[in-house]
Amino acid sequence: MLQITNLHANVGDKPILKGLTLSLNAGEIHAIMGPNGAGKSTLGYVLSGRPGYEVTEGSVTFNGQDLLALEPHERAAAGLFLGFQYPVEIPGVSNVQFLREALNAQRKYRGEAPLSGGEFLKVAREQAGALGMDMDMLKRPVNVGFSGGEKKRNEMVQMGIIDPALAILDETDSGLDIDALRTVGDGINRIMRKPDKAVLLITHYQRLLDYVKPDFVHVLDGGRITRTGGAELALELERDGYKELAA
Amino acid sequence: MTNDIEIKDKAAWDAAEKVADYEHGWSSDIETDFAPKGLNEDTVRFISAKKNEPEWMLEWRLKAFAMWKTMEAPDWAKLNVPPIDYQDAYYYAAPKAKPKLSSLDEVDPEILRVYEKLGIPIAEQKLLAGVEGGEVGGLPQRRVAVDAVFDSVSVATTFRAELERAGVIFRSISEAIKEYPDLVRKYLGKIVPMHDNYFATLNCAVFSDGTFVYIPEGVRCPMELSTYFRINAENTGQFERTLIVADKGSYVSYLEGCTAPMRDENQLHAAVVELVALDDAEIKYSTVQNWYPGDAEGKGGIYNFVTKRALCQGRNSKVSWTQVETGSAVTWKYPSCVLNGENSVGEFYSVAVTNNYQQADTGTKMIHNGKGSRSTIVSKGISAGHSNNTYRGLVRVAPNAEGVRNFTQCDSLLLGSLSGAHTVPYIEVRNPSAQIEHEATTSKISDDQMFYAMARGLNAEEAVALIVNGFAKEVLQQLPMEFAVEAQKLLGISLEGSVG
Repeated sequence: MLQITNLHANVGDKPILKGLTLSLNAGEIHAIMGPNGAGKSTLGYVLSGRPGYEVTEGSVTFNGQDLLALEPHERAAAGLFLGFQYPVEIPGVSNVQFLREALNAQRKYRGEAPLSGGEFLKVAREQAGALGMDMDMLKRPVNVGFSGGEKKRNEMVQMGIIDPALAILDETDSGLDIDALRTVGDGINRIMRKPDKAVLLITHYQRLLDYVKPDFVHVLDGGRITRTGGAELALELERDGYKELAA
Repeated sequence: MTNDIEIKDKAAWDAAEKVADYEHGWSSDIETDFAPKGLNEDTVRFISAKKNEPEWMLEWRLKAFAMWKTMEAPDWAKLNVPPIDYQDAYYYAAPKAKPKLSSLDEVDPEILRVYEKLGIPIAEQKLLAGVEGGEVGGLPQRRVAVDAVFDSVSVATTFRAELERAGVIFRSISEAIKEYPDLVRKYLGKIVPMHDNYFATLNCAVFSDGTFVYIPEGVRCPMELSTYFRINAENTGQFERTLIVADKGSYVSYLEGCTAPMRDENQLHAAVVELVALDDAEIKYSTVQNWYPGDAEGKGGIYNFVTKRALCQGRNSKVSWTQVETGSAVTWKYPSCVLNGENSVGEFYSVAVTNNYQQADTGTKMIHNGKGSRSTIVSKGISAGHSNNTYRGLVRVAPNAEGVRNFTQCDSLLLGSLSGAHTVPYIEVRNPSAQIEHEATTSKISDDQMFYAMARGLNAEEAVALIVNGFAKEVLQQLPMEFAVEAQKLLGISLEGSVG
């Protein structure tokens, strides 16, 4: 589904990704772990097309399409979802309005008919309910006045409504208490653990992986993948730390 | 002269087609009667004669004209306006009078095209075009009575009979001067006096048409009233005059929409709007101003110098101004409330958008003379391109006005790094019991917000429109429903080309 080959990327003049190669197939969940400054968030931004993140070398294909040639909104319409580490506030715009416009913009781009208000609310109600979020929160402005945990939960509600083929989740576990961690983990499994979908989990810690069991774990260090293994690699990292591994 | 104008029209049209999208940028080749070009006493007499006005009206106009000649254009606003040549314009243009028609087929198709583009339903179109029996045959779905002002004249008003049954008078001001002279004389020039300011005085001398509304005591106007203003002819100034009187315990909601064709030269629009609310009366006045703003290089566009003022004369009277200002090259406009009545209420909700080289200096004045009077000001300024957007407001509390309250919120949103936002609040409090609050913010659309919206599937322009609509929400939700939808779209359209 996603093929990243020898990816080099700069932020400003500074090279961050230095020859990263990674391949995800449908039905797989991959975790990317690594120390601070390794380039984990940069990878998420580069894949979703954030301005200011410049690809200098390499290629990325997504379902056979040249992902890097697409604008951010086109990548979203193609089925890529980025769960933000720091979800952004949009004052005056309700979650419902934001998501309905976003979803219908994607559908329009794909040549599908827009969802009516009623159809959209049905989907939104289901997804919010499954993540233990009440409809009042969906009517509030996007992320405004939300706690850290509520923002992350809201990202999962958005993912459920948009129903992407590939989710890149950037430290979705940070700032969550144990109960919220479980809710979010269950959400990822429910929405994304499917034969035609894939997930790239970017995380510092092993704990989310207790709930979302990865098929592969990669260590990202110095802008490239330095080691790949199964779920047991995460436990090893938790025990020994990244320094031990690098040594 | 007709040939000459058609050729000029063509040139202006061709030039205009090359510039940025402006939805209402069409002009119509309608046969037009003009007054001789230029401004002098004869022009004033010509207009008055065209309207068959009574002698008192002509005298009033001439007095204003004499006064205007001694005045100078104000220069205190943060606007850069080249000197206006008042002799190089027409002060009266009217679609040529036609005999009564029996069906829409006989109406000049150009005029019908105009109404269609303005979104006026067929039944109302018939009436506007002067087709006999146009009012019969079922009511249109949209229950809004319309007065259409085309260049200098009101083309017609609709729903007249039904409004009359409720006792509501809804007329072009020219008709009202003849039919209800006592009412008009009682209030005309009493809220905005003749000597008020340069543009208001000019308006007194040369105003050509506009709307008059009277809501009798205790009547809630059965539908929303609306005026479409359209500048069509070239080199023509539009000087309309609106007077709304809400008698004791009455209510009216009034909508005003404006469009003009794209032209290379600047055109002057200097309107005066006067509102009076007596005891327990309420007037809700909503404007969506979408005059042609000029092209991306700042060429052409309307100079919009408007004086709007409400007199809250009665106890518990209330006037609410809501404006969405997206058009015009230059906007100079301060819809105000003089709160004389005890416990009277004034409100001002404004969204002003400037893009490219547009300039707006707009705000309000809340003059608290009555005890316990209250006012709310919410202003949202959005600046993009090379534009400048100024909020200028005055809150004044008179020495005898006990227990006055005001809340003001001024928010500015900047797009790009070349636009300007300015806030100039004047607060004059002469009574120690007053409670005045002022909040102001200036922000930019952040890269984070843009990317977040785009990562969810919105393109850059959709993302800006969404964020801007959120920013302006408090004001937009004050508009009547159908206007709100139009205004939301308009904000997006006005900011096209301002990103990426």
